Amino acid sequence: MMLAGFETVTYGTIYLGGDPINSLPPHKRGIGMVFQNYALFPHMTVGENLSFPLEARGVGKADVQEKIGRALEAVQLGGYERRRPSQLSGGQQQRVALARALVFEPALVLMDEPLGALDKQLREHMQYEIKHIHESLGVTVVYVTHDQSEALTLSDRIAVLNQGVIQQIDAPTDLYEKPNNAFVAQFIGENNRLRGRVRHMNGTSCRVELDNGHGEMQALAVNVSGSGTPTTLSLRPERVVIDPAPGSLPNRFEARVEELTYLGDHIRTRVNVCGTDQFIVKIPNAQGHASLKEGSTVAVGWEIDDCRALGT
Amino acid sequence: MTDAATTGAAAPADGPLTTADGRPLKSALARAERIRRVKAMLLVLPLLLFILITFLFPIALMLFRSVDNPIVADNMPRTIAALEAWDDRGELPDEAVFAALAADLAEARRNRTIGRLATRLNYETGGLRSTVTRTGRRAQRLKAPFKEALIGLDEDWANPETWAAIKRLGKRLTGVNYLAAVDRRYDVNDNVVPQPEVRRIYVGNFIQTLWMSVIVTIACLALGFPVAYLLSILPLRYSNVLMILVLLPFWTSLLVRTTSWIVLLQTEGIINDILVWSGIISEGGRIQLIFNAEGTVIAMTHILLPFMILPLYSVMKTIPPIYMRAAMSLGAGRHYAFWRVYAPNTLPGVGAGCLLVFILAIGYYITPALVGGQDGMMISNFIAYHMQRSLNWGLAAALGAILLFGVLILYWVYSKLVGLERLKLG
Amino acid sequence: MKRFLTASVSAVAALGLWAGAAAAADKLTVVSWGGAYSMSQVKAYHEPYEAKKGIKILSENYNGGLAEIKAQVEAGKVTWDVVDLELSDAVRGCDEGLLEELDLSQLPPAPDGTPAKEDFIAGTLHDCGVATILWSTIYAYDAGRMTGGKPRTIADFFDTKKFPGKRGMRKTPKVNLEFALMADGVPPGKVYEVLSTPKGVDRAFAKLDTIKGNVVWWETGSQPPQLLADGEVALTTAYNGRIFDAAATEGKSFEIVWDGQVWDIDLWAIPKGSPNKDAAVEFIKFSTDTRRLADQARFISYGPARRSSVALIGKHFEAGIPMGPHMPTAPGNFKNALQNNFEFWADYQDELNERFNAWLAN
Repeated sequence: MMLAGFETVTYGTIYLGGDPINSLPPHKRGIGMVFQNYALFPHMTVGENLSFPLEARGVGKADVQEKIGRALEAVQLGGYERRRPSQLSGGQQQRVALARALVFEPALVLMDEPLGALDKQLREHMQYEIKHIHESLGVTVVYVTHDQSEALTLSDRIAVLNQGVIQQIDAPTDLYEKPNNAFVAQFIGENNRLRGRVRHMNGTSCRVELDNGHGEMQALAVNVSGSGTPTTLSLRPERVVIDPAPGSLPNRFEARVEELTYLGDHIRTRVNVCGTDQFIVKIPNAQGHASLKEGSTVAVGWEIDDCRALGT
Repeated sequence: MTDAATTGAAAPADGPLTTADGRPLKSALARAERIRRVKAMLLVLPLLLFILITFLFPIALMLFRSVDNPIVADNMPRTIAALEAWDDRGELPDEAVFAALAADLAEARRNRTIGRLATRLNYETGGLRSTVTRTGRRAQRLKAPFKEALIGLDEDWANPETWAAIKRLGKRLTGVNYLAAVDRRYDVNDNVVPQPEVRRIYVGNFIQTLWMSVIVTIACLALGFPVAYLLSILPLRYSNVLMILVLLPFWTSLLVRTTSWIVLLQTEGIINDILVWSGIISEGGRIQLIFNAEGTVIAMTHILLPFMILPLYSVMKTIPPIYMRAAMSLGAGRHYAFWRVYAPNTLPGVGAGCLLVFILAIGYYITPALVGGQDGMMISNFIAYHMQRSLNWGLAAALGAILLFGVLILYWVYSKLVGLERLKLG
Repeated sequence: MKRFLTASVSAVAALGLWAGAAAAADKLTVVSWGGAYSMSQVKAYHEPYEAKKGIKILSENYNGGLAEIKAQVEAGKVTWDVVDLELSDAVRGCDEGLLEELDLSQLPPAPDGTPAKEDFIAGTLHDCGVATILWSTIYAYDAGRMTGGKPRTIADFFDTKKFPGKRGMRKTPKVNLEFALMADGVPPGKVYEVLSTPKGVDRAFAKLDTIKGNVVWWETGSQPPQLLADGEVALTTAYNGRIFDAAATEGKSFEIVWDGQVWDIDLWAIPKGSPNKDAAVEFIKFSTDTRRLADQARFISYGPARRSSVALIGKHFEAGIPMGPHMPTAPGNFKNALQNNFEFWADYQDELNERFNAWLAN
């Protein structure tokens, strides 16, 4: 909202393409905006909605028609100019809103949870559409969302904010694979957390003794300063290997299967290991996957790189 | 219904779905729907009857009154029959007609209906009332030849216009009330001609009524729009206080409000006092603000303002503030965004408010009666006059009917231009 | 069907009156004009009558005219028993069969034995009505605000040079046209003769034209004293009782100009088909005897309709002023007086009213 100019900046400066825009009113910032509820003007047709930003900027009549046509083509709604927003489906309305934000060729497009009002399936479909449109136009988009997978799907770079403080800015893969701190690890995707204390630093890796006294394990030292520091170990459920050959992995433990949940593409397994019974393992529903029974005992293990020792 | 559906689902898969007692699910559902509709109808019925009896029926009667004209036909049967043959309007009717008139008037006097007859004829031609009653008093003793005897009694009987009027009013259904309501009348040859200039009032007043209503409506819109806007954007606790202020006039007696305007606006009143005190006008230049059309417009605007604000407010409340933000983010300045995006979305409220205020204004009565003075009279004041004073209910009904049709036409035009489904009253 | 239709339209018109319907004969509904005038009737007539007969009298108010009576009679649902009517309405209601005819020989004679028909002032008894009071339309001014000379004649009312300031007039042609002609020099005896001719009407309107821009029009009797008190008008026509009342009870310095007064009478009448007709007749007989009529003049400055009452008029019940000199009929006031001609107005009020309204609007 500050970016778009609807709220005043109390401290700091916002730059757009190198120019400070703090004191510019919203309509002079040249930021295209897509809102959660589309905010299409109900009294105008699709064409009029699209021509609105152009007329407000005093674009010539001939150009207006051409630009509208191009923008609608881009969102695959060519020929919809005369429809009213109320005659369109939710997905179509969203595409019109997108076209409207793009039609005046803004320096930046700001999307504020644009897909929040759509159902799950349509949302996923739209994510890909937005991604493709974005790729073909090459315009910069600031996309606000609370849905992590949406963020992963769409973004080149993701900023994770907690209480107004940026926790980490990174490409999606790095953010997921290499979270800098416990909040980011927890926020992006699922993970198992174990608390412990660093016993011994060994270059990029370290040995960590668990607080509950259920043993020690090898972990990647991400931001622990030295032996004796408390740490949170973060471990993605899909990186846990079931029944590894002894000696093939540096970390190997006996676990008891507590609960199995069938989720189609994978089986979510809750096991009791290292003193916690909330340890999740995702077993892919692949050819010849391990078939477990509740109550049975099985060995689990993981690589050093997959077990990240983060600051608390 | 949910029960029926679930038991239906338990039925054998190969047959149609049935309810527990074996009836097809479809007809059971239709039956349940029907019972619900009948129940709903029964709930509405009392109101429907109420409206029928207190609203539609009287309106139908009013329309009937405006053309109903039994008095002359009932009380002068012989004269009317005899006048059938009278065609040459340049000449007086023959002796037989005069004889029939004498007999009719004598009987009407015996039946004590002559007053009504005289009054009815007097509406048509001023002065006939006393002619008829005077003749009636002596009719019993008149002797042939009646023509000379009657003309000897009163010169009016020697005027073909009198006879033309009687013949015209002998019809049980008549349009004379409507003619009178548009400042027209029949001449002796039954041609429609305008009233003499000094008696033309209704057409002018209809125009004046429309004009004043338009001004009141515009004034209400101009004053009400910002208030409604403010109401819709203020936080609830402030908007509630403002809303009470808006509704306050509703809770005060109309008479009290109108009278307080008199106190405020009269030439020795507060507004004028302030203007004189502040030196804007001189003591001798006090402005006449009341007892004229301006005063009526001011007082009516105040009284009708809530009827504009409430529909506007209810519409504005539903316009998401995000529209304005969206418009501004798309490059529109505040004013441009307001007029292109916000204002068009208030149109259903504007339409409803204007229609409501205009229709109420066009039929307004008490306020113009109290503060209208010489040129602030509205058509309702004349309707009231004919209802209460002149007792010419036929003319009152005709004026009322014209007003009613005027409003209906307006409604129709509105529905053509804007669409009634876009009307939003609250 | 037709009868039914007519009956029901009146029934609808009279809808509001059903609630007040009183069937019992121990109650009498007496309808009058409200305010100080009704109060004077309640004090002088109703209260003594209630005390004497043990009958409850309901006093209702209306604004004149025959509309309500017509609606009640046509609906066959008469709830008013006795109504205070103006003469023109009484005559018209009688002609149209809306009022009961009265046996005038039953009215009580004067204390000295003069029969009622001779005791009542000429023109105050009618087939369907018995007069109680004479009232008049006069014009008045506030002596406290009037600097310089005082207006004395009806011509002064139209003289805006000598007496600048606004004029209050009732928004109706009645009386105003008469005032205009008298101010233009027509003697009272000739007014209606002149007014019956188109030229006479033109002359009256021409005279009204001379002050049209200065007129504040009033509609109800309570407005003129208020207009005077507020200083809205310098001179105003008014009902004499209202001006007297404001002067006597509110201490205003209002003064009445009696020259050219147009007087009229109010009568008791009984709507046709009143269920309490006998009781209503008894009430009329009681309230129009010499004593009662004289009593009423203690409460309001309207003149009694009986000659024999004049001698018995006392002092105002509150202010203690002798009421005699404030009667329209007092010798000093009655010199240049004109009786309102109901016959003329019954004939011409429709077209004169149209012409008056057209004149106002242009």
